[in-house]
Amino acid sequence: MSVQTYSPREFHRQAHDALGNPQIRANFRRAMDGLMDKRGDAFSDWDVETLRELGANIRLRALAKLPDLLEQLEANCEANGIKVHWATDGDEACEIVSDICARHEAKSVIKGKSMVTEEMHLNAHLEAAGIEALESDLGEYLVQLNEQTPSHIIMPAIHLNTDEISDILHEKTGTERTRNVDTMTAAARAQLRERFMAADVGISGVNFAVAETGTLCLVENEGNGRMTTTVPPVHVAVTGIEKVVEHLRDVPPLYSLLTRSATGQHVTTYFNMINAPRQAGEFDGPKEVHLVLVDNGRSNIYQDDELLDTLRCIRCGACMNHCPVYTRVGGHAYGTTYPGPIGSILMPHLIGLEETQDLPSASSLCGACGEVCPVKIPIPDLLVRLRKEAVGEGRGNVPGAGVKRNKKELAAWKSWQWAATHPGVWRSGLTMASKLRALMPAKLAPWTDYRTLPQPAKTSLHTLVKRHHAKRGQE
Amino acid sequence: MSARDIILNHLRTRTDGAIPVPESDFSVMTGRGWDHDERLARFEQLITSVHAEVVHAQRSSWTQALAAILHDKGIKRLALGHEHPVACEARTGLAEAGVELVDPAREIERWQREQFERVDAGLTSTGGAIAETGSLWLWPTPDEPRRLSLVPSIHIAVLDSEAIDETFFDVIEAHGWARAMPTNALLVSGPSKTADIEQTLAYGVHGPKELVVIVRHGAD
Repeated sequence: MSVQTYSPREFHRQAHDALGNPQIRANFRRAMDGLMDKRGDAFSDWDVETLRELGANIRLRALAKLPDLLEQLEANCEANGIKVHWATDGDEACEIVSDICARHEAKSVIKGKSMVTEEMHLNAHLEAAGIEALESDLGEYLVQLNEQTPSHIIMPAIHLNTDEISDILHEKTGTERTRNVDTMTAAARAQLRERFMAADVGISGVNFAVAETGTLCLVENEGNGRMTTTVPPVHVAVTGIEKVVEHLRDVPPLYSLLTRSATGQHVTTYFNMINAPRQAGEFDGPKEVHLVLVDNGRSNIYQDDELLDTLRCIRCGACMNHCPVYTRVGGHAYGTTYPGPIGSILMPHLIGLEETQDLPSASSLCGACGEVCPVKIPIPDLLVRLRKEAVGEGRGNVPGAGVKRNKKELAAWKSWQWAATHPGVWRSGLTMASKLRALMPAKLAPWTDYRTLPQPAKTSLHTLVKRHHAKRGQE
Repeated sequence: MSARDIILNHLRTRTDGAIPVPESDFSVMTGRGWDHDERLARFEQLITSVHAEVVHAQRSSWTQALAAILHDKGIKRLALGHEHPVACEARTGLAEAGVELVDPAREIERWQREQFERVDAGLTSTGGAIAETGSLWLWPTPDEPRRLSLVPSIHIAVLDSEAIDETFFDVIEAHGWARAMPTNALLVSGPSKTADIEQTLAYGVHGPKELVVIVRHGAD
C-alpha cells in the first residue's frame, strides 16, 4: 500500500474523491450513525443541559485562571516528582521529547493515543533521530501499519473496515487473514505486549491536568494507556496548555461528559490518575515522569474573547460524529490533524488560514456541532468568525487573515449592497432580470456543478403581492 | 526569555483583558439518594454490562468463593500482596488450594517477563466502588503494585458491599482525594476492551481479558 498524504489545501479535491468512494461513504455513515445513537442513549437519563452548563463553566473557569493554574500545576507536579517542560511550538516540544529519549539512549518508544503529538508530528521527528515510535492504541497501531494518519480523533481507524484491517495485519505483521475481530485483537495484543516490555520510553497524552494536586488524568478503554505510562522506565506526557483544570472535583463532570459524548459509554474501562513516578519502596511504575506543556498557537487563541471558546474543547469528537459534512467526506479529506468542525475552528490557528482557508466553509452551518458539544462551544459562530477572518473582515488576529480576500467578489457584494439599499435601482434591476431571463447563462460554475440554476420568475413575488393588495383594495 | 516566560507573559497580557470567573454548581454530580441495596444493584448491573463478573460471598467465607473461581478458571499462579487484610486472608484461605502464590513485592525489572507470561491472575483489594458508573476504585501500593491489576490476564478484585458510593464526585469528596493523592489512582470498569475494528467490541486487547469482582457481604 502506498503512503497516502492529505493536505488542507486540497480539501475540495479530497472531498470530491471521498464522496466518490463508496467504501469510505459506507464506513463513515455506519460508524457515525452508531455513535450518534449511542450518545443519544447515554444522555437520555441525564439532566444533560445542566451537565453541559457545568462542563462549559468548569472549562471557562480554568481558562479565566489559566496562567496561575499552569504555575500551580507545575509547582504541584514538581513537588510530586514530575519534571515539567514548556514548549512554545511543536518543534520545541519535539526537541524536548527527543532530548529526554537521548538522555536515556532510547531506541524504542511506545505511544499511547495523543492528538497533540500528532499535531506536532512527533513520530516523524523521533524517526529522524533514529528512534522508533510505535503507536499502541489498536486503531492508531493499524493506521500506523497502514502508513496513514488517524481519520477521527477518538476512532483513528474508523475509515477502515474489517477486511481492510485483516489485509493490513496480514501484509505488515504476517497475521493470518481472518474476519474474526477477536482473533485480530489477540494478534495485536501479542505483538504489542512484546513492544511494551522492550520500550525504553512511554509517551502519552493527557485528558485533564489537575492544578490543585498535580495529577495527570488519562481516559481509555484498552489499557494501552496504562501500559504506556506504567511499563517503560520513563513516561513522557505531552499536553496542550489548555488542558488544565483547577480542582480535582472539576474532573468527574468533564469525564462523564467526555465518555458519553465520545462513544456513548457511561464510563470508560480505565480512568488513570498519575501523580508521581515510582517512589522509594514501590516496585513498579516509571522511574521518571515528564510533563511537556505545549502552546503551539493556543496562547494566541487565548487573546480574543470570541475565539477563546475554542480552548474549552475536551476532544470528544461528538461534533464530527454529528456533522453532515464529516459523515460524508470522512476525516482524511480535511487534510489536518483534527478533522471535522473542531478541526475547522482549531487548525487555522495552528497552521494559518493560508493552508486552511477552505475549512471554515466546509460546513452548512446546520448547527448540529454546537448543539451536541459537551462544553457548549458555539462552533457555528466560530466558523462564521473564521470565514470573516479569511476574507479580511475580522479582527485580523488569526494567522493568514485576509488571505481569501477577493477584490472582484468584494466589488460584487458592494454593488449588491448599494442596489439593495436603493429601492429604485433595485426595482428596475428586478424588472430587467425578469424580462431578460431567457438570456441567463445555463452554467454559473462552480455553483451549478451540482445544482440546477433557478430561473427568475416572469413576475416577481414583489409584483404579485402588490397586485394582490391592489385587488383586495378594490373589493 | 524562556519558553515558560514567553507563554505565561502572553497569557497574562491578554488583549481582551481579564476573563470573569464563573461560579460552579456541582449539585448535578451528587445526592442520588440510593440506599445500600440500590447502590449495589446499580453497580452490579453496570459493571456486568461491560463484561465483568460479579460473585457474591459472605465476609466470613469469601476465600472459598475465591478458591472456586481459581479452580473454575484454571488459575495455577496467582499474584497477590502480603500485607493488606484481603491478601492475608486470601493467602491463609488458599494454603491448601494447590495454587502457587506469586509475590509482586519485587523490583519489576527482576520479573518483567514472568509477570507478562507466567502469572494467570492478579488479586487486589479495592478502595470502594461507584454505583452510578459501575466502577471500582483502586489505590495501588507497594503491597499491591500498579501492574497487579493490569498485566495478568485475569484481574480479581475484592469489594465490600458497604463501600459503594453513589458517584465519582462523591468518592473524591468523601474520601478526601484532593488532600492526599497516591502515586497512581485508578477507576476500573470492566476488563480491557476496544471497538477500533469497525466498532465491533472485543475484550482483552491490552489489559486483563477478564475482571471478576468478589463482593463481600456482612460486617466483620
